[in-house]
Amino acid sequence: MEFEAVIGLEVHAQLSTGSKIFCPCSTAFGAPPNENTCPVCTGMPGVLPVLNRKVVEFAIRTALATSCEVQGKSVFARKNYFYPDLPKAYQISQYELPLALRGHVDLELNGGPKRIGITRIHLEEDAGKLVHEGNFSGAQSSLADLNRCSVPLMEIVSEPDIRTPEEAGEYLRRLRDILVYLEVCDGNMEEGSFRCDANVSVRPKGQREFGTKAELKNMNSFRNVEKALEYEIRRQLETIEDGGKVVQETRLWDAAAGITAPMRGKEEAHDYRYFPDPDLLPLIVEKAWVEELRGTIPELPGEKIARLAATYGLSRYDAGLLASSRALAGFFEDSLAVFGGNPKVTANECIHWKDAIAAGKLSPETIAHAVEDREKGVISATASKKLVELAIETGRPIRRIRDEMGLTQVSDTGALEETVAKVLAANPKEVESYRGGKTGLLSFFVGQVMKETRGKANPRIVQEVLKEKLGE
Amino acid sequence: MANPPVHEWTLLAAAKKVREKEISSRELTRAILDRIERLNPGINAYITVLPEKAMKDALACDEALRNGRTPGPLHGVPVGLKDIFCTRGIRTTCGSRILRDFLPPYDATVTGKILSSGAVLLGKQNMDEFAMGSSTETSHFGPARNPWAPDRIPGGSSGGTAAAVAAGLCFAGVGTDTGGSIRQPASVCGVVGLKPTYGRVSRYGMIAFASSLDQAGPVTRSVPDAALVLSVIAGHDPRDSTSVDLPVPDYLAAAGQGVKGLRVGLPREYFEEAGLDPAVRASVENAIAALAAEGARMVEISLPHTRYAVAAYYIIAPAEASSNLARYDGVRCGHVTCCAGGLIEMMSRPRAEGFGAEVKRRVMIGTYALSAGYYEAYYGKAQKVRTLIRRDFEGAFSKADVILTPTSPTPAFKIGERTGDPLTMYLSDVYTIPCNLAGIPGISVPCGISEEGLPIGAQLLGRHFREEDILKAAAAVERAIPLPRMAPAMEA
Repeated sequence: MEFEAVIGLEVHAQLSTGSKIFCPCSTAFGAPPNENTCPVCTGMPGVLPVLNRKVVEFAIRTALATSCEVQGKSVFARKNYFYPDLPKAYQISQYELPLALRGHVDLELNGGPKRIGITRIHLEEDAGKLVHEGNFSGAQSSLADLNRCSVPLMEIVSEPDIRTPEEAGEYLRRLRDILVYLEVCDGNMEEGSFRCDANVSVRPKGQREFGTKAELKNMNSFRNVEKALEYEIRRQLETIEDGGKVVQETRLWDAAAGITAPMRGKEEAHDYRYFPDPDLLPLIVEKAWVEELRGTIPELPGEKIARLAATYGLSRYDAGLLASSRALAGFFEDSLAVFGGNPKVTANECIHWKDAIAAGKLSPETIAHAVEDREKGVISATASKKLVELAIETGRPIRRIRDEMGLTQVSDTGALEETVAKVLAANPKEVESYRGGKTGLLSFFVGQVMKETRGKANPRIVQEVLKEKLGE
Repeated sequence: MANPPVHEWTLLAAAKKVREKEISSRELTRAILDRIERLNPGINAYITVLPEKAMKDALACDEALRNGRTPGPLHGVPVGLKDIFCTRGIRTTCGSRILRDFLPPYDATVTGKILSSGAVLLGKQNMDEFAMGSSTETSHFGPARNPWAPDRIPGGSSGGTAAAVAAGLCFAGVGTDTGGSIRQPASVCGVVGLKPTYGRVSRYGMIAFASSLDQAGPVTRSVPDAALVLSVIAGHDPRDSTSVDLPVPDYLAAAGQGVKGLRVGLPREYFEEAGLDPAVRASVENAIAALAAEGARMVEISLPHTRYAVAAYYIIAPAEASSNLARYDGVRCGHVTCCAGGLIEMMSRPRAEGFGAEVKRRVMIGTYALSAGYYEAYYGKAQKVRTLIRRDFEGAFSKADVILTPTSPTPAFKIGERTGDPLTMYLSDVYTIPCNLAGIPGISVPCGISEEGLPIGAQLLGRHFREEDILKAAAAVERAIPLPRMAPAMEA
């Protein structure tokens, strides 16, 4: 029997607002323990949460970018449980009535386009962090760092539309790119600002009912999500082939061992006793605000890739590389505005120098000038590369460097004819061999001319002149 | 007639005399502190008294007046706060062992407003633990006593505040009311207690019991005094999302208006209540007659869902409390015990040791009511009842401008009389609870004295954000039925 996997992903994205979701404390990463705290986020007696409007704005923009329906009314609830990293002993989270429902993200896969549904997007606060001295079970003491308490999180829940680990990886990359494009999340998986849990089950192909699912946690990179899913799908299939049954449980991915293992403890038995938080009024989002925010949504990665490919005749692959960053794609188009020419050349340059571009060490003019000079035969490819390197190093205009270094290339046929004649006169044997049929010697003559001109000759023109002279 | 002694002055009179330099804040504060020193050990109205701080602040008030600074409305007048309002650097216990050493690093908004109005803070007043009770008997610091009869309860949960006001141990106090905790103690101590509309006064820094019901309000010896304190503490607070951004009217002026033509609704069901003491009924009927004599019109109304109010309240309030009180886990503040037993013991032992029986009972009721599988049957249903009760009032307020009822079904009962019977205790709040569920304002004003010499209060309820209406009706009752505001036993 042929089986297929059914995968749904829950992404927790930390919103990159400067302050926390319910108090004015900073969200900066890496502050000394408990520095970014106040009576509100440490749950002192009598304090009250006040919703950060920016957080809502970021989530609405995400909802719009993923074609979700923003809800006019959503409600914050309390999720009650005891843990030392949760000072109020409840997490404020949207539960029954989330901020946005029913959206989707479109993927371009090898087999063609695929749409992954989004069930819901909701807002919640993060918990703190415990630092255990020694190993977890034998720790002498545990320290609580509440800096992360009440840092704003947005949970994005996908429909169970994903069928393979590769699709899961593509979905996550695309979703991450969208959030980064919107500038609502820095998308850093290692620092935990973009986290993912996965629900996965298997079923015979053609069956409509879902199999029993396992929830996978603790995957801190896209690659690990794919690997954990691969492992878990195989494990579930083997369990069934061996006549066993998949158990509904939460499993942790162990990246070092490359396996998933059931999470121990009573986590499963939790009753969170959700109820609407009486300290916060229902969140009412006016339509006018949503429309205003709609106007701020930039061109998104999918649209950008398609447009770059169509407008400039680029491959989807190259367009994808350019669109991997909104800034890089913008740089590419800014360069083209300075000098049009062949967009593929500019695209290759942008892709080649993307690190320097990201670091802000290159201007679109520099690349445009380099491309223009090369296309017009003013400089060689070698010189171009050298000049861009120098522009990065010194920050000076590329054409001034070019002139100072005399790296302008000789493309004037007349000027080259003299040198060619000289080279041919100095190598009579080779001229004879060439004329006798050893046409492979052409590159030898080109090399000699380049050597004579100290690399300043345009190799294409050199070839033309050589062929002409040798044909005589 | 001889001038009344200092401690019997109304808040308004005391504030005026300080402002006009007839008396210094230092003298006024000294007089009340001396009285506290003499009488508080018997009444136990204060958990914490701040004699040095109060005297220092009083001197500063006098100094400021001498320097011509514009005085705030309560300038130099000594007042008290229920020990539920956080006071920066001053122990705030909420009547509980678990917070007996808690020093808040911040002031409640109410604290801040009282202090910036120029008032001198005398101390923190006794209360039922986490405001859970109707008698101040659940306080970890021992019960407060009724100044009118020391073997009786002063009501609760703001019992310390009402007792202090009735005994002349402050000129005014601020209490909190979740199901009657301002009005019932005011009623049984013979003073005035006002619960404002939910959202009128900020809850920031007021230790939460049931967040959707809690509201702070004044306890005073006169209706105009209550109006003055309300005007000080009311108003929008950006730190409380449930506080409402509406202008604060001139409550003091409202308290001076007449009631001619005012429609007073009398809810039939409230007078049919089996537990209603005949003396209470008679006194409330006096209040009705007094209002009628002043030109108000009586209309019979019906609040049919009142009979479900206590049941709904005892689901909603404990449910919210079970969540609000979960933060007292011994990790950050308050009572901490050794954690040798590991995580679970570290978090459960401070709770086992730090919470009293009534708090534990309500936390368990609330936890149960919110559990998976029971949520709809309990919490969900109680919320529906709450909606019906709110609609009852909406209907009633189409016929009446204010509603008059008894505040408490009986005068003060004896200490220990009901501690073994939580249900009877809960029924002390039968008349006050619907007002909290509906979020409307309510005031208790003295309207009689029982044969045993115990004060009786009448309750006036008004429309949302129409505190002016109940203030003027209560002031009319107060003018028409003159009663002593100081407990006579105190004069011995």
